Amino acid sequence: MNKLPSKYLIFLGCAIPYRVSAYEISARKILAKLGVELAEMPEFNCCGLPLDPVSHEIMLILAARTLALAEQQGLNILTLCPGCGGTLKKVNKILKADKVLREQINGHLKESGLEFKGTIEAKHILQVLKEDVGLDSIKSSVVKPLSMLKVAEHNGCHILRPKEYIGFDDPEDPQTLKMLIEATGAECLDYVDETECCGAPSVGVSDKVALALARDKLSHVKQVNAQALITICPFCHIMFDTNEVRIERMYNEAYGVPIIHYPQLLGLAMGMTPEELAFNELRVDTSKLLKAISEGAKQV
Amino acid sequence: MSEAAAKEPIRASEIDPKFKYELSKMHGSEKLLKCFQCGTCTSDCPVARYTDNYRPRQIIRMAQLGLKERVLKSDTLWLCAACFTCTDRCPQDVEVASVIRVLRNLAADRGCFPQVFRDQVGSVLESGYAYKIPELRVKKRETQGLPPLPKGNAESLRKSLKGVKFIENADKKGEQTAK
Repeated sequence: MNKLPSKYLIFLGCAIPYRVSAYEISARKILAKLGVELAEMPEFNCCGLPLDPVSHEIMLILAARTLALAEQQGLNILTLCPGCGGTLKKVNKILKADKVLREQINGHLKESGLEFKGTIEAKHILQVLKEDVGLDSIKSSVVKPLSMLKVAEHNGCHILRPKEYIGFDDPEDPQTLKMLIEATGAECLDYVDETECCGAPSVGVSDKVALALARDKLSHVKQVNAQALITICPFCHIMFDTNEVRIERMYNEAYGVPIIHYPQLLGLAMGMTPEELAFNELRVDTSKLLKAISEGAKQV
Repeated sequence: MSEAAAKEPIRASEIDPKFKYELSKMHGSEKLLKCFQCGTCTSDCPVARYTDNYRPRQIIRMAQLGLKERVLKSDTLWLCAACFTCTDRCPQDVEVASVIRVLRNLAADRGCFPQVFRDQVGSVLESGYAYKIPELRVKKRETQGLPPLPKGNAESLRKSLKGVKFIENADKKGEQTAK
């Protein structure tokens, strides 16, 4: 039985409108096709995560504001960024459980006419696809199975950890993204250190460390001959897509692995065109991948 | 803090014996004292693989010992990528990444933190977004078939952040520079 998809308040976060529009464009298209209705945030502030290192208090207030705004709308939140999703989930859980902290944070929100009550939920798109839409609905939305493809997945950290707050998949051996990829007909390959960090949070503090992490990831993906790396996080995507060519030059290596947002992959399987799914926004060349898909489709 | 500075002999005079108790009362570092230095955090840390400077176990030990000044002034505090692998794998449930976050917050209260965070706080206060979204991007949304970008509410945001120590410190510093 297919579960009834519901309406969500979409929380874009900062990185997506800043430079990852392909993710937003493709996500909105596949969600519409799957019957998930989206409403826009009435006003926006950052989820708080980027400021947690300098002030936990600011992070709590920013996240609580967003949750309180969603409560006013009476809608659950859907995020495309696991960082935003994880932060909103975590703060929701903490404030629901800790009365003293909740009163303290509500003291801040009161100044701007808001109150955190703990009446809604925040979910990342991956969790919505798995739990609310369901694999069966996704499978039945596929009209052009991508059975000619062998790809790899990169979950990233904040969709999995810390388990205590996120906890809908196994952080040591995650399955959700793999199952969602396989629902498109593509094969999802295993590789070394799949759950390792992409390095993005270290950009600006130590680019050397960040690029070394991304390089190892790309070489492990290349090792298994994956035709693409599928991501579900704007930061991981930026890290790989914008830096792949730079890393190739730095280390004199060739990867040529396109970095694709999961909704783009699913969109292709739903019969949407690369243009509709904003493939032109991607930096790493995708022509070989798209050619493999169209040639594969002819053979079927 | 360079690796050499970390290995400097410890002087009794630089130890703050109450630091660990202070930390034990703060949200995120409550379980600092449970760390028995097994090293799981360091051996599983993706950043520690690529730099000899960053060792989460060492940071935890310095905090337990009360080397407050050394640890708060240490640049390596800022290398943590917040991947939370250490937190998930710690056999003592120390929440290592959160202890490091608490230490960073204490360093930031003194004005010790990388520029990138200063830019982000400024941007959030001004526009609600952690990055300054280029006007071109905002306009392009329409041609991309995307709905208008929700706007920040700087006035309301400022009100909610009233009395936050970090913001007050930053404002004070701004006033001093203005003078």
